[in-house]
Amino acid sequence: MFGVFCYYVSMAVIKVENISKHFGTLKAVDNLSFEVEAGQVFGFLGQNGSGKSTTIRMLLSLIHPSSGSIELFGKSIQKNRDTILEQVGAIIERPDLYPYLTATEHLQLFAKVRKQKVAPINITKTLEQVGLSNRSQDKVQTFSLGMKQRLGIAIALVHNPSLIILDEPTNGLDPQGIADIRALIQYLAKEEGKTVFVSSHLLSEIEQMAHQILIIHQGKKMVEGVTKELLDPEKRIVQIKTMDDAKALAIISAGGFSQYLLNRKEGLFLKLPTTAIPILNESLVQSGMAVLGIETKNSLEDYFLQITSNA
Amino acid sequence: MQPKKPKNIVSSFMAFAFLLFLSVNGMAQTDPLIEKVSQKLAQVNDYVAEGVMKTDVAFIKASLGKVKVYFKKPNLLKVKKEGGISLLPRGGVSLTINTLLNTKQYTTISAGTQILNGKNLTVIKLIPTDENLDWVISTLWIDPTEALVYKTATTTKENGSYEIIMKYGDYAKQGLASKIIFSFNTKDYKLPNGITLEFGDEDPTAKQKALKNKKGTIEITYSKYTINKGIPNNIF
Amino acid sequence: MWSLIQIELYKIFRRPRTYIAFGAIATLIVVIQLGLKIDGDAYAGFLMKDINDTLTVDGKVLNGYLICYILLQLLLVHVPLLVALIAADMISGEANLGTLRLLFTTPYNRTHWVLAKFIAASIYTILLLIWLAFLALFVSMWIFGTDDLFLMKSNYVVLIEQSDVLWRYVGAFVFASFSLLTVTSLGFLMSSLSSNSIGPIVGTMSAIVFFTILSTLNIPLFNLVKPYLFTTHMNNWKEFFDLKTNLDNEAIRGSILNIAKIKTSLIVLTLHIILFVTASVIIIKKKDILS
Repeated sequence: MFGVFCYYVSMAVIKVENISKHFGTLKAVDNLSFEVEAGQVFGFLGQNGSGKSTTIRMLLSLIHPSSGSIELFGKSIQKNRDTILEQVGAIIERPDLYPYLTATEHLQLFAKVRKQKVAPINITKTLEQVGLSNRSQDKVQTFSLGMKQRLGIAIALVHNPSLIILDEPTNGLDPQGIADIRALIQYLAKEEGKTVFVSSHLLSEIEQMAHQILIIHQGKKMVEGVTKELLDPEKRIVQIKTMDDAKALAIISAGGFSQYLLNRKEGLFLKLPTTAIPILNESLVQSGMAVLGIETKNSLEDYFLQITSNA
Repeated sequence: MQPKKPKNIVSSFMAFAFLLFLSVNGMAQTDPLIEKVSQKLAQVNDYVAEGVMKTDVAFIKASLGKVKVYFKKPNLLKVKKEGGISLLPRGGVSLTINTLLNTKQYTTISAGTQILNGKNLTVIKLIPTDENLDWVISTLWIDPTEALVYKTATTTKENGSYEIIMKYGDYAKQGLASKIIFSFNTKDYKLPNGITLEFGDEDPTAKQKALKNKKGTIEITYSKYTINKGIPNNIF
Repeated sequence: MWSLIQIELYKIFRRPRTYIAFGAIATLIVVIQLGLKIDGDAYAGFLMKDINDTLTVDGKVLNGYLICYILLQLLLVHVPLLVALIAADMISGEANLGTLRLLFTTPYNRTHWVLAKFIAASIYTILLLIWLAFLALFVSMWIFGTDDLFLMKSNYVVLIEQSDVLWRYVGAFVFASFSLLTVTSLGFLMSSLSSNSIGPIVGTMSAIVFFTILSTLNIPLFNLVKPYLFTTHMNNWKEFFDLKTNLDNEAIRGSILNIAKIKTSLIVLTLHIILFVTASVIIIKKKDILS
């Protein structure tokens, strides 16, 4: 497993380039690009209906993108679907399962569709991991939503995949359940070197486990960055408004501010310490740049809340 | 007058063909030729005959079937198909030996001669003297030299007319036919599609034949007779 | 692929719904057998009314072979509805349940899954037919005994010798399997078009009922379309039970009157199966799984 991790450490496990998905006139995902590196927990945030699930379904080839490309493990998902999915485990939205089968039967069933044989011990181990050992022989129709969610995660994990895609994995779980799943995700990434792509509509949930966060709204990428930095209270998001953004970008880079740049299409955004704001302004003015304005935005949390409350 | 049981029908049909001799002695006015026929047939007390039965009725598709015919004096007769369903003309019941010959209730009228299949045959008509009998008239075509009945034609009150043609071979000395052809009139056959659940096209030729041909025949060709070896009564 | 078929069969036979069809067939057959056992002679007498005017039928007319024929006539019209219950739910049922996305994110592509599901549904169909054959033929033979098959068609009667019957039933059941697989594939196609269970089941049943009515009504306008309806061909298992006759009107033992009709129907049904399954595969491959 560690070997696999080392192999992918230098490359993106997930590479999404300019994907869009239209359903008739509705743009569910609009020109979205991002990369997820190996061994990371990648938080994919957005309110309900923002395009998260559509993106995840495209990653898993359940939905065909209208345009753009998706690579997993350096290979196109469209062309190498079967070999790629051998290394992927996923739950998508609700934990929908067969009500007439038991937890163990579910895992046996999904272990069977893997080309690499899954040892029976793995089934027992996975059920233990998600805390379902004591209900392993019960039919799913007797399960609560939280238990179904755990079983869904178990199905995603049973074949020991190197990439785990979890869409809203804590839905329906009680606080203890949420904490358990969070701990499990962190364990999988840290101890087993797995890459975990986890989506949620709650920042509070993601910020505690994700190394990297991407916020999506109405199908478009809003913010992307390292969690620690994005959530640093000492740093502020500012938007620089100029007559010539390309020139301003060059000045920002030359002035050593490029590390603070946020990857946003709709303008020049930086997340930088409050004390650095006047220094940046000065360097722009000194370079002959007509600064139309510097707007200070709220913190990431406020920003995310703003998006969701506007919805 | 109508048959009660299939057994009786079988016997009725076969009896007319084979048992003419049984009671000619008892006729009110016995033609000497009939007496001669009767004497010839009297040699046979019982027999088991093996043969092949062919049913030719326009609305029936049946293959040839092996049959065994059992006879015992005076009037026991049974046709058994070797494991299977047999079809026999219904009207034959009125032509049993009891009703036709054994009743002794008829008179004979000589009706001259007629050439049939190259043979010069004497025609004798039987007319019942009892009004309650089902049959109205029966005509016999007899070869006077061989004392063999080659054809009979009987008209019944309710079941139309029947004709039996007999051919002789190895057993002609005992007056036993090698082949008999029983001709009778058939009625229409039709079952609604809703009952048969046959909604597709049925065999059009069979349908046409059924519409066109209202005459049916049943033909038995005998291959072997076992004569006077005794037959237990429980066979019948 | 075999793993996928095993999984699909496992799922089919773990569902209580699966056994409804087996139960329904058993109930129907037992009820009809019981009715015929008690009052069969009256029924046979009614059927043979016209024949009895001319002939006397001696033998066991109401034997196991005829009972089986009667049962098949009655049931082979309705079994497709039971087949639809499972076949039309194979894909849409999982889409409705939400489990389709679990299957389609496994390392087997959608074509594999669709074919595995079709094969599993086909195995279910065949098992249903074997169950039907067992009850309708062998149990009837056991209860009513055997004799020649005396078949009363609308315009004529066919008398098939006992030794010439069993192979015809084998042929008829093989033919019926093609008929029912056509229904399976139609249900499958409907199933691929929808994300809920009820629509495809009702759709398949409606299509069968509608086309069956067109196939059975003897109206000149409908007769024009009949040859193109799969339901017309589905009924041609009966061709195994009609004999050729020679010039002397003797039925020819071991013959089938219209073997070309059987062949044509088998080809038409097979083409339907291929068409429906191929269409299902194409639809599912192109479909965005949104359920």
